[in-house]
Amino acid sequence: MSTATTHDTHHAEHQSGLLRWVFTTNHKDIGTLYLLFSLLMFFVGGAMAMVIRAELFQPGMQVVDPMFFNQMTTMHALIMIFGAVMPAFVGLANWLIPMMIGAPDMALPRMNNWSFWILPFAFAMLLSTLLMAGGAPAGGWTMYPPLVLQTGDAFPFLIFSVHLMGISSIMGAINVVVTIVNMRAPGMTLMKMPLFVWTWLITAYLLIAVMPVLAGAVTMLLTDKFFDTSFFNAAGGGDPVMFQHIFWFFGHPEVYILILPAFGIVSQIIPTFARKPLFGYSSMVYATASIAFLSFIVWAHHMFTVGMPLTGELFFMYATMLIAVPTGVKVFNWVSTMWRGSMTFETPMLFALGFVVMFTIGGFSGLMLAIAPVDFQYHDTYFVVAHFHYVLVTGAIFAIMAAAYYWLPKWTGHMYNETLGKWHFWLSTLFVNVLFFPQHFLGLAGMPRRIPDYSVQFAEFNMISSLGGFAYGLTQLLFVYIVFQTIRGGAKATDQVWEGAKGLEWTLPSPPPYHSFETAPQIK
Amino acid sequence: MSATHGGYYVPHGSHWPILGSIGLTTLLVGFASLLNGASGATMLMGIGVLITLVMLFGWFGTVINESLKGMYNDQVDRSFRWGMSWFIFSEVMFFAAFFGALFYARIYSVPWLAGEDVSTNQHLWPNFDADSAAWPTNGPAALGGEFSVLDPWKIPALNTLLLLSSGVTITLAHWALKKGNRGALVGWMVATVALGLTFLGFQVYEYIEAYGEHHNLTLGSGIYGSTFFMLTGFHGFHVTLGAIMLAVITIRCAKGHFSHDNHFAFEAVAWYWHFVDVVWLGLFIFVYLV
Repeated sequence: MSTATTHDTHHAEHQSGLLRWVFTTNHKDIGTLYLLFSLLMFFVGGAMAMVIRAELFQPGMQVVDPMFFNQMTTMHALIMIFGAVMPAFVGLANWLIPMMIGAPDMALPRMNNWSFWILPFAFAMLLSTLLMAGGAPAGGWTMYPPLVLQTGDAFPFLIFSVHLMGISSIMGAINVVVTIVNMRAPGMTLMKMPLFVWTWLITAYLLIAVMPVLAGAVTMLLTDKFFDTSFFNAAGGGDPVMFQHIFWFFGHPEVYILILPAFGIVSQIIPTFARKPLFGYSSMVYATASIAFLSFIVWAHHMFTVGMPLTGELFFMYATMLIAVPTGVKVFNWVSTMWRGSMTFETPMLFALGFVVMFTIGGFSGLMLAIAPVDFQYHDTYFVVAHFHYVLVTGAIFAIMAAAYYWLPKWTGHMYNETLGKWHFWLSTLFVNVLFFPQHFLGLAGMPRRIPDYSVQFAEFNMISSLGGFAYGLTQLLFVYIVFQTIRGGAKATDQVWEGAKGLEWTLPSPPPYHSFETAPQIK
Repeated sequence: MSATHGGYYVPHGSHWPILGSIGLTTLLVGFASLLNGASGATMLMGIGVLITLVMLFGWFGTVINESLKGMYNDQVDRSFRWGMSWFIFSEVMFFAAFFGALFYARIYSVPWLAGEDVSTNQHLWPNFDADSAAWPTNGPAALGGEFSVLDPWKIPALNTLLLLSSGVTITLAHWALKKGNRGALVGWMVATVALGLTFLGFQVYEYIEAYGEHHNLTLGSGIYGSTFFMLTGFHGFHVTLGAIMLAVITIRCAKGHFSHDNHFAFEAVAWYWHFVDVVWLGLFIFVYLV
């Protein structure tokens, strides 16, 4: 394997000004773009969540009309999933994977630029639908027909923006796979790779396998509406339930796309602050691969109440419960890593520990939902909303926050403000539980999701939840302040940054040079 | 950093991707507006197509020039190979969605509607029985009116033969390339392109036949028409792309761009061509035959 890098010598090292960011092929620049875009979308989607919680603050209709409420729930989900969480992970992959495996850059740098620069256009298209006749899509992010076919002018824009997001994700994922298989430094064998690299390799595989399926599903919606086909129309021999099957064949692996990189992040952070190597490294790799495999054969647990044959209900129930095994392996490994460790509790560690505890709560409520007969009661209630917000907010988002604090000193060369970081963690943790924990009770008591009004018996818990929501939203402004303060200055970070940090990225200066490893390091 | 020969080439900045984003977005906004019946939408689409074409020419042109200058070492070559393989895998999954729809309709939804699931049948279409639900069907409401299917042993069988032969000719071209016999290489490539174009011509002819009065088979012919045209249509679209790629590669072969040990672009297109070939075999069996 070659150990040197060549550059296009016709251009200067950096293009200056804004165009640098438009034309860049550098993995760090593109990583930064992804992360800032994701932060922006986090607040756009968050603003929509505030509208939802404002309407649900009291029973009755007060703030928005029901149609707009439905637009908010639909757009909030699409933006948070495709605009906030996924780009945040791709941004982290861009920044970290080349540094972690000893590569000069991502394998396909121009395509890397394109995977990012499609996103602003895709989301401009999606957000523009708010201003169109008939408003934004309001049939839920799952786009079930026949309801979604009633969308107004927004409909084709919804479909095409999903296509664009898919193209971006597939190109990004191909780049990650190729970088990992082809760009590792000599001696960096597969089983020496940091866990973050492993989880991303498997995530990228999931992305390449299922994003095209989503593209196919929404294409069929498009032709059903505009070109006379009847894929989802029983009159022509089709079936609306067929859409749900195809959608969730994408959708369930998608759920793991949103969490596997988070597992990787936490597996990097906990050993650092426990000052012990990760417990059960190889079992972590196998557990991740098992979860990825199982994700392809559990999709119909999203559709237990749709009217499936009994064998289907049973198969999907047991397959789903099996996922608890590899996930349990992971949780026990994280706990065992900390066992008798020399632990300290800096902000990244706090977020990682918050992740382990609260993601596990989300995992347990998921296990409850996996039980088909019980799900008949829980389906489409706030219990489901509570479940997936525990795994996505206190799971994925907490891991992203942990990653930001953990690597920010490496990226910027400055230490963030530890006191403010701890405030951010404790306020977030307090309020996110005020926000989502009562939703379990609401759901168990029968409050349906995606409905702007509710019966008065649900009033107290909804009010508590809304208060938690507003406070959690405000707390995130603190995060923005901390990040920009760190970018602009602060105490100088050392190369290793954290006493217990291990791995190639910590051997580089903070901030690292524009090209990470121009000469590949030798891994022993 | 000096430009060491034999190192991994990392380009510095490129304006092609952003042009691609602008092109694609213009094209899709135009298409969406067209579907919504807005005026000027076709114009917008045209501009989008134009920008996208400029991007493709420019981007590929840049890469070809860099390749000819010898800026890509073996490791870069491997990156391209991995990239192309995973791209083809993503394409396979795209077709899997439509094959999935076909199998679901044939195995589940149509038999359920026809009474295998009693309550569905009784509540929705009590008159839809197993006889009228026999494949090919346009559903209980007989959407699109009476239709008949195309005989698989006429044009489709011929088309199978054409595509399979093109798989042979492109392999012969590859052998010629490896032996450094440029005359034979270009000859076999031209044959491959010709076979691809003939296939496309027959497909067009068959679509005209299908839409004609005799068959009355259209996209609106219920689930059969939907799956038939969606699968064969997307396949035809991919064959068109493949044929264009083959044509470009043929020109590059004639210009002597490839050597016996350095011809990734040729192999990438050959893989792609085999991929559309294999998809066609799936179509021939599951759409036309059974």
